[in-house]
Amino acid sequence: MAKMTMVQALNLALRQEMEKDDRVILLGEDVGLDGGVFRVTDGLIESFGDQRVVDTPLAETGIVGMSIGMAVYGLRPVCEIQFSGFSYQNFHQLENHAARMRWRTQGRLTVPMVLRAPYGGGVRALEHHSESREAYWAHTPGLKMVIPSGPRNARALLVSAIRDPDPVIFYESKALYRAFREEVPEEEETLPLGQPQVVRQGSDLSLIAYGAMMRPTLKAAEELAEEGVEAEVIDLLTISPLDDTLLVESLTRTGRAVVVHEAPRSFGPGAEVVSRLMEGAFHYLQAPIERVTGYDIVIPYFSREKEYIPSVERIVEAGRRTLRS
Amino acid sequence: MPREKLVIADSIERLSILDDKGQLDRELEPDIPEELLLKLYRYMLLGRRFDERMLDLQRQGRIGTFPPIKGQEASQLGAIACLEASDWLVPSFRETTAELWRGRSLESVLLYYNGYNEGTVIPPEQCDLPMAVPVGSQVLHAVGLAWAAKYRRQDQVVMSFFGDGATSEGDFHEGLNFAAVYQAPVVFVCQNNQWAISVPLSRQTATPTLAQKAIAYGMPGIQVDGNDVLAVYAAAREAVERARAGGGPTLIECVTYRVMMHTTADEPSKYRSEEEVELWRERDPLPRFGDYLKARGSLSEESAAAVEEAVLAEVQAGVDRAEQQMATLGDPLQMFDHLFAELPPATQAQKEALARELAANDREEHHG
Repeated sequence: MAKMTMVQALNLALRQEMEKDDRVILLGEDVGLDGGVFRVTDGLIESFGDQRVVDTPLAETGIVGMSIGMAVYGLRPVCEIQFSGFSYQNFHQLENHAARMRWRTQGRLTVPMVLRAPYGGGVRALEHHSESREAYWAHTPGLKMVIPSGPRNARALLVSAIRDPDPVIFYESKALYRAFREEVPEEEETLPLGQPQVVRQGSDLSLIAYGAMMRPTLKAAEELAEEGVEAEVIDLLTISPLDDTLLVESLTRTGRAVVVHEAPRSFGPGAEVVSRLMEGAFHYLQAPIERVTGYDIVIPYFSREKEYIPSVERIVEAGRRTLRS
Repeated sequence: MPREKLVIADSIERLSILDDKGQLDRELEPDIPEELLLKLYRYMLLGRRFDERMLDLQRQGRIGTFPPIKGQEASQLGAIACLEASDWLVPSFRETTAELWRGRSLESVLLYYNGYNEGTVIPPEQCDLPMAVPVGSQVLHAVGLAWAAKYRRQDQVVMSFFGDGATSEGDFHEGLNFAAVYQAPVVFVCQNNQWAISVPLSRQTATPTLAQKAIAYGMPGIQVDGNDVLAVYAAAREAVERARAGGGPTLIECVTYRVMMHTTADEPSKYRSEEEVELWRERDPLPRFGDYLKARGSLSEESAAAVEEAVLAEVQAGVDRAEQQMATLGDPLQMFDHLFAELPPATQAQKEALARELAANDREEHHG
């Protein structure tokens, strides 16, 4: 096993799937010679040529619309939108076509494509480069919305996303791209889409997060442990379709929960998680469920983003509040 | 440094072979096999009679809102007739006649316009996309399909239809640009029917033609008389052959006219004059082509009457089949089918909840 950053792990997933399956085509802006602005596709054009790694004109709608056609034909396009802040230009193609082609044609035509896009703040980027808008896609029936939280699960989830028979939106945290390394096995590894994971066991409190928020959430769990509180930490991994089985089961044991995300609070993924917990485990609740999220504002320019993005302190404090109830 | 003219492209051509006075340009007359000529005539008539019947059905409340195609039969069929069965049709929502040519059944059209998903199922042997409602959005799918066909070294051609309004959409521009950059085998067929609901072409674009937009993307463009099936066929055949031979995409502008309303929910007298519509009724593609066939001895009064009778019987049979099918459809739980390859647990639970609700309602009705 090699120690890899998330960028290297994603690159491994792409490379191995491309070797295995000539239906897998990468396309996007600067994905070829440049290897992508974050280097996720680095070296792939050299290995596979410009018919497998396709630099496109600078047009997000075009990239996604073309991917839909390629997928309907029987290919497995993996398109990159350079920053998720530019993915709103392809919104209608995803909502109107990618998400509906299987349904519209009663299963006859399908769109097995992956849209990869970096998301989230924390890298001192300019405006439009720091949003966390996964709720848009999670709200669209027919799309799957996946967000890994580290190199190893990023690789395994991307392989599953490429092999999935339906369209998957795959958000990659810029803050995590090179934040740390993990052992990633050379041999094939997949993770099922739509299944959260318990990443830390505990019985006093359930902390539920995903993506870039997993690190501060795990750190918060450690700090709470110093106070004698054993928090269970759950990584959603797939935002939609959300399987609440594990979340509800956890809450029946802990009775308390904090949901963490970087996205704005109102109508965010946390609202859905809280509703599912209420529906599934209301009688086990011992305290109001807390949300630690971004605010309902435009994510600020980077000099102020530290105060916007949920911190370890805010998560710990929310945990303490639920324990006081 | 001098200021000099850049030679960018030749001027755009306009093609007319059988004009609205019935005058034929014999030099340009395409060599179309007799059988294909008669098939074109039969489908033009089928498109017309089916459209008229659908309007009746809509007015009687037997189907919902639909977009009539009357007057655009030639500009659809002349183009689609150039495709092989293994090619792809990527339609908008007003290419009913072209879809029928490709093998879509009359009952499928009627099911769709009466609100049944079963009406958008593509027959298994066919390489076509279902109609796309968001204007212009399908143009990019055609490019993706064509890119994929080229990647797979299949000599398939993709034909994408859209209207004049679609040429204002970003998807149109991105689609033509991508297709030209990748030299994808696509034929873009613009049905310029002059009106996008209430907005005339002059408010859609400042250019004198739509065909000339091809120059900006680096592909051939041609304007044709869309009510002249021979001209549409000749232009489309050239474009299809070029695409199949690796020569890349073409933009064809078929100048035609939407003699009916945008959809049956629209009232055109609010925004355009009856005189204008009358002018275009006189340019009707159907009698123009019928007279041509009669003049060349391909059609007689008797055989034309026989075609008319056969088409009316076909339409009636389609309506009958649709109404029989609709009687067996309608299970509300069907709405959950085919969202994903596998329905997620939470959605499955919603489906089961609806099933219980429906069963409870049924019991109430039986006992009540």
